[in-house]
Amino acid sequence: MSKLRLLFVKEAQASYISHLDLLRTFQRAFPRTELEIRHSQGFHPHPIISIVLPLPVGQSSNCELLDFEVTQTTDGSGIAEKLNTGMPNGLRVLDCYEAKRPVRELALLRADLELDYDNGVPEGAAEQLTELLGREELIIQKRTKRKEMADVDIAPMIHSVTLTAEDHMIKGTVVVQAQNPGLNPQLLERAIANYLPELTPDFVRVRRRELLDADGKIFR
Amino acid sequence: MDKRLERILPRVQKPARYVGGEYNAVMKDKAEVDTRIAFCFPDTYEIGMSNLGMRILYGVMNNMPGVWCERVFAPWGDMEEEMRKAQIPLFALESGDAITNFDIVAFSVGYEMAFPAILNMLDLANIPLHADERTALTPLVIAGGTAMYNAEPLADFVDLVSLGEGEDITVELIELHRKARREGWSKAEFLRAAAKLDGIYVPSLYDVTYNEDGTVQAITAKDGAPEKVTKRIVRDMDQSYFPVKTIVPSTEIVQDRVMLELFRGCIRGCRFCQAGYVYRPVRNRSRDLCAQYGVESCNDSGYQEMTLSSLSTSDYPQLTELCDQLEDFCAARHVNLSLPSLRADNFSMDLMQRLAKGRKTGLTFAPEAGTQRLRDVINKNVTEEDLLQSCRTAFAGGYSAVKLYFMLGLPTETDEDILGIADLAARVMHAWRESAVNKQRGVRITVSTSWFVPKPHTAFQWEPQISKEEYERRVKLLREAIKTKTVTYNWHDSDTSFLEAVLARGDRRLGKVLETAWRKGAKLDAWEEYFSLERWMEAFKECGIDPHFYANRQREHGELMPWAMISSGVTENYLWRERENAFAEQTTPDCRTRCNGCGANHLVGGKCDV
Repeated sequence: MSKLRLLFVKEAQASYISHLDLLRTFQRAFPRTELEIRHSQGFHPHPIISIVLPLPVGQSSNCELLDFEVTQTTDGSGIAEKLNTGMPNGLRVLDCYEAKRPVRELALLRADLELDYDNGVPEGAAEQLTELLGREELIIQKRTKRKEMADVDIAPMIHSVTLTAEDHMIKGTVVVQAQNPGLNPQLLERAIANYLPELTPDFVRVRRRELLDADGKIFR
Repeated sequence: MDKRLERILPRVQKPARYVGGEYNAVMKDKAEVDTRIAFCFPDTYEIGMSNLGMRILYGVMNNMPGVWCERVFAPWGDMEEEMRKAQIPLFALESGDAITNFDIVAFSVGYEMAFPAILNMLDLANIPLHADERTALTPLVIAGGTAMYNAEPLADFVDLVSLGEGEDITVELIELHRKARREGWSKAEFLRAAAKLDGIYVPSLYDVTYNEDGTVQAITAKDGAPEKVTKRIVRDMDQSYFPVKTIVPSTEIVQDRVMLELFRGCIRGCRFCQAGYVYRPVRNRSRDLCAQYGVESCNDSGYQEMTLSSLSTSDYPQLTELCDQLEDFCAARHVNLSLPSLRADNFSMDLMQRLAKGRKTGLTFAPEAGTQRLRDVINKNVTEEDLLQSCRTAFAGGYSAVKLYFMLGLPTETDEDILGIADLAARVMHAWRESAVNKQRGVRITVSTSWFVPKPHTAFQWEPQISKEEYERRVKLLREAIKTKTVTYNWHDSDTSFLEAVLARGDRRLGKVLETAWRKGAKLDAWEEYFSLERWMEAFKECGIDPHFYANRQREHGELMPWAMISSGVTENYLWRERENAFAEQTTPDCRTRCNGCGANHLVGGKCDV
């Protein structure tokens, strides 16, 4: 038995594939590898496959991880190439290797942002937003698990923000907390709308770039 | 990706339906393409992608050099609203291009309730609705599919209709259109030439006149169009294209599995069943080829479920042998075999053991009627003992749920027949008590009834649909007769079945009703969420047309049917003979037992391969 991990890209059309559909897509691709996915023991066995940090629908990522267990003993070499022969456009496996680091060591997430301003970026917007996202407290409205709206302070989950203005877009890189609790970078838009409504962008694009541990080192 | 599209996708349900890019979606270099085809399915992605015919023709067209066939589905309401707001015209999934200026816009029409979606899609594509408003050769708007055996309600909107199986005729038609474009023909010249291809019906080349009582007086073919257009078929299933390498959707669809087609046609001859008549004659695909396609399809797609598909799969001559042949592969690859429907008279332990080996949930049988008398009328040659024996087999084999399908409102139906449904369910319940292996699990028996819709090209094409009040009375009668809690009773909503009965046997005058209903908001009318009979009734009223004339009228023998220019290969004489047999409660044997002379054998040169 081996515990393996896939590193994969999810972008373009594939960024619209939902979490459950993504699991199904991988399950259909596994028969190409001759690997036997391990199944849970129990009355209704299900394959042991999990996405480490599910990506919100619509976002892109260069650093998705999928953990799975197989009955064979293998280090995972050659698997990525075989999986890639059966993938939809925008899904691409970069690597397959033994899952050695426990998922709990994953702490941070670096993502690129693009804030669209169709009528041009307002004067000084990048500076104002940098100041805003660096504040001690940033309250947004978020739906809780019990489906009620609650005020949440997202400031402690934001580790760093760098923004640069271009013609019709502010480009940025943010490092946010990945889990326990994690912050969806898309929610920064809501903070902007709350505090600086006149600087609310027309659209926000998010691409995950890297997963990091608590020391800021790459998590694999 | 189109920036406007990117903006709206986060706001709609299941956006993966609208982006394409699935595994095996065909991409082509536009520089090497001279024919762009929008292959439209007038329903959602999940329904359209579950259609095997669509997958076959997608492959056939894309195998033609220079032709790029792309898929187009009807957007769900939220997406349509966003598209209209953002002024995004209907686009093809592969290229993302608006289909407005494609060469051919082809609709696959499987059921009448999809008619409004066709108009809505043309409108979303900024294509003029009426055939006579489209004066150029492109876009050519065409339609095919089972509902096109009576295309009259769409006559104002489509340029031509392709009848029957499309594998060959689609290629011929595309080549002709290509030639016409190359040589600069007018649209009229092209349509006249197209009408000479076997299986092509050009509505504008037929004049229809009506009697004072509203019935059709005459149908006159003009400009050299044939008086009767006979459907096309694939003669040899072993030579016909099968989509082994086919699109695997990235989001769950209705039939999310390999669909392996074993044969076309049906030997049975149920008198209400349009498919049973219009897909004649039976043509089997050889067992080895089925097995090969099954293995290749599973390997390419990665699916772990395969359905052995056809109108009546258990009639495939070598079904158990085929299951055995696939057994080792299925075991090694963890592939489950399933059948879409079962006949209660040949469901055996042998077959059951070869199907779903893991979880055993439910089995579905369709006795269609509650008494032997009525089953004889409709020629559903299944006895009560057949059904009970099949249920005993299923229960003994570990199944604990059975679904039973019936129709209410069949010709000659009496209250006795309706109460017979409740009796039958009670006997199935008794069979469970006798033979269940695990009684602790309990049993679920579901009885479902639909409202019979008489269809063209069937033995019941002359019959009225019973009135809504009568249908509802019969539902109530059955509801009160089913007493045990183990039996769940579901009945079909009456409003859609009524409209279906109107459209199914409609004539050209319904075109304006269809357009009026669409203008009032009809679109995805196959969906309860969107269907409103009220809207349609208003449209009928505004157009001065009585829907009951179409749904509830007894037609006389010899009445000229609006679809009389279309032939499925089965003669009208045969249909009438079957109608007479029905009322005499005489059954007709299946095609394997005896040839009954329906006429469809001429399509394969005289002798059917049953």
